[in-house]
Amino acid sequence: MNAPYEAGPHEGSAPYYARRGGLPGILGWVTSTDHKRIAILYLTVILAFFFAAVVLGILMRIELQSPGPTIMQPQVYNQLFTLHGIIQIFLVVIPGVPTILGNFFIPILIGSQDVAFPRLNLTTWYLFLAGAALAFVSVFTGKGPADTGWTFYVPFSLRTVVNVPLATFAVFVLGMSSILTGINIVTTVHQLRAPGMGFFRLPLSVWGFYSTAWVQILATPIIGITMVLIIMERLFGIGVFDPAKGGDPLLYQHLFWIYSHPAVYIMILPAMGVISDLFPVFSRKNIFGYKMVAFSSLAIASVGSLVWGHHMFVSGQSDLAGIIFSLLTFLVAIPSAIKVFNWVSTMYKGSISIEPPFLYALSFVFLFAIGGLTGLFLGALSTDVQVHDTYFVVGHFHYIIFGGMGFGFFAALHYWFPKMTGRMYNKRFAVVAWLILFAGFNLFYFPMLILGWQGMPRRYFDFLPRFASLQFFTSIGAYIMVTGLALMFFNLWRGLRRGPKAPDNPWGGATLEWQIPSPAPAENFERIPTITQGPYHFDKTEKK
Amino acid sequence: MKGKANHGGAGPRTYLLVWAGLLALTAATVTVASLQIGRAAVGVALAIAAVKSTLVLLYFMHLRWEKRLLIKLAIPITLVTLAIFIGLTYTDVLRR
Amino acid sequence: MWLFICTEILLFGGLFLLYSMYRYKHPQAFHAASLELNRFDGTLNTAILISSSLTVALAIHFLRQDRRRQAMGFLALTLLAGAAFLVVKGFEWAEKFRHGLFPNSLVLLARDKGQILYFGLYFMMTGLHALHVLIGLGVLSAVLILINRSRVTAGRPVLLENSGLYWHLVDIIWIFLFPLFYLIT
Repeated sequence: MNAPYEAGPHEGSAPYYARRGGLPGILGWVTSTDHKRIAILYLTVILAFFFAAVVLGILMRIELQSPGPTIMQPQVYNQLFTLHGIIQIFLVVIPGVPTILGNFFIPILIGSQDVAFPRLNLTTWYLFLAGAALAFVSVFTGKGPADTGWTFYVPFSLRTVVNVPLATFAVFVLGMSSILTGINIVTTVHQLRAPGMGFFRLPLSVWGFYSTAWVQILATPIIGITMVLIIMERLFGIGVFDPAKGGDPLLYQHLFWIYSHPAVYIMILPAMGVISDLFPVFSRKNIFGYKMVAFSSLAIASVGSLVWGHHMFVSGQSDLAGIIFSLLTFLVAIPSAIKVFNWVSTMYKGSISIEPPFLYALSFVFLFAIGGLTGLFLGALSTDVQVHDTYFVVGHFHYIIFGGMGFGFFAALHYWFPKMTGRMYNKRFAVVAWLILFAGFNLFYFPMLILGWQGMPRRYFDFLPRFASLQFFTSIGAYIMVTGLALMFFNLWRGLRRGPKAPDNPWGGATLEWQIPSPAPAENFERIPTITQGPYHFDKTEKK
Repeated sequence: MKGKANHGGAGPRTYLLVWAGLLALTAATVTVASLQIGRAAVGVALAIAAVKSTLVLLYFMHLRWEKRLLIKLAIPITLVTLAIFIGLTYTDVLRR
Repeated sequence: MWLFICTEILLFGGLFLLYSMYRYKHPQAFHAASLELNRFDGTLNTAILISSSLTVALAIHFLRQDRRRQAMGFLALTLLAGAAFLVVKGFEWAEKFRHGLFPNSLVLLARDKGQILYFGLYFMMTGLHALHVLIGLGVLSAVLILINRSRVTAGRPVLLENSGLYWHLVDIIWIFLFPLFYLIT
């Protein structure tokens, strides 16, 4: 940014989390329209859901540690993986980065005091809670939670006696929350940029959030109507997906994936955006190819919305559709590859500092690359026939979603922690936790790629003896990974409570959030700054 | 949306003209439906509906005088997106 | 509000997608089934909604000129038109129910698959549309009250303008539903 905007103490410069008139205690938080407080509201509930889903995952891994029933019966297993999927996808990964990091930082990064619609912002949090509550109710009432997989495929979802309508309605409500967040972000980026902040001076993280927001707006309504149709089918027997009435189950899959594929780009684009901010900072060098990275976000968002049929290669769709979707799937790999190339090129001849956020960023690239490459196997029609609905897919998407979005999120947490809390965590501990997490992650998910290739189907409660040793090994990897995860969160928690006060700009970043105090003050800027250069110029800034 | 929405030059007369046009087009589409033009019927019906919608968008919804680029592009982007969704799905349904 | 309108277009868009696939597969059945709809009612409803779009646009026009009484008058007319639409729709649906035509009914299930799909989509799409009309009426009524209390004024017309946009969207959706269900040849 321009010669540093010096914030300094000013009225409204008390930290955003300090008491400031209005309602006391927690009431002051749940009625706040301050984007930073709303971000923390989202953070607390999303982390809670994440931990719950991890517990479900561990239960599954204990069950799968050995053949035959270990700690549960098949029906319970089906419900566990359904719930694990619903929580992770709809309650954690889709909302995660936009509502937590986007909410907290977009206004600051663009030089604004808040988002375009602060009250709408708070409303999205309440909608989010409502959706979560509905999902919760679906688990503990009636005939129990859905056992259909998070994908709710017909005809099973129309016939199974469990709480499918409640679960699908929960997804509908969560979709509403996502749509409104997307509308808020697009409007904010268009209307509230500081003077001089043209689109091509925006930090790339904002480009990530912006592209994502468009997908949220354009794709989410489709899952909305699809969930409504499931409910209508179950309640009224409309017939659109029922072959006995002329309906086509494959059309359900089309409608479902028209949203759910772009949804994974909602998951990954913001994380990639944040990573694009990190590489310049920790290489102390301008990003290589700013415009290409910016446009690649738009390209991934748009082309990525056209590939949904690759989930249905073996479902019975026409060969023509298969070929077209396969081609489009390969095309969307290109902008992703551009990003990877540009990140790595940013490091070349840079001044690298290996801090915890950067460790996560580097491992993000590695894990995302594996996830992406395995995606190519899935995107090719012939190989997909072999690996569809096997553990290969499970490995693939965990590498991409957890290794990608997850590690990107952890990178961002470690990066922005001092700005959000005003404190610093123990860096050495963070590195140790990272090491265990990273090692465990690969021990956990890499064998899945092998298992899948050898033919182990996914969503299966039991398996043949020849898969037993890899399954056991996988479970061990899971336990190691979760240990690393626990250590990482413990370290951050400890830093929050007792860490040393953090400087305003511990990493020497040049984007606007590092020019305001740590922790962020209640009022972002005493004066809206005027921007005169791009976001990654490091000559004049220094760590302080 | 907040801000600089502008209130360009539409008055009651313009609105009434548009209204009359919409009613006329409605009459037209009903009439065309009773002619026997076979397969073209869908296309004609959709075309008339598109013209009617455009009139509503441009005049009643003021897009004709809208200055903000984002707003002017929002509906076209949406329609293109929907068209692509339907089109790609057709590549399956058409050839099965 | 414009961005929200885009999401509504896509929400209905999913249903239009299903409609286009199924009409392609069952052209004759769709034609036969559509003959059972009352074209007069459909045309009347189209005219009603188009007129309600006119009245709401006029309401906004007069509000901006700070002519509150006229604004409220035209807004009330809009509400009347919307209500009339729902009444006509109600009669149409009642007529269908009287003939045993509703989702999953024995009468319907005895028919050709294309017809089952047609009526399934008919109830689903006109039902969802009617829900949106109802919501629109609620919103416009609230705005009418707010104008009365001078909370929505010539200086702060945004609430009425946005509600008007929503109402026009409801009109546009019907502009497409009408020929696709009532005028199939």
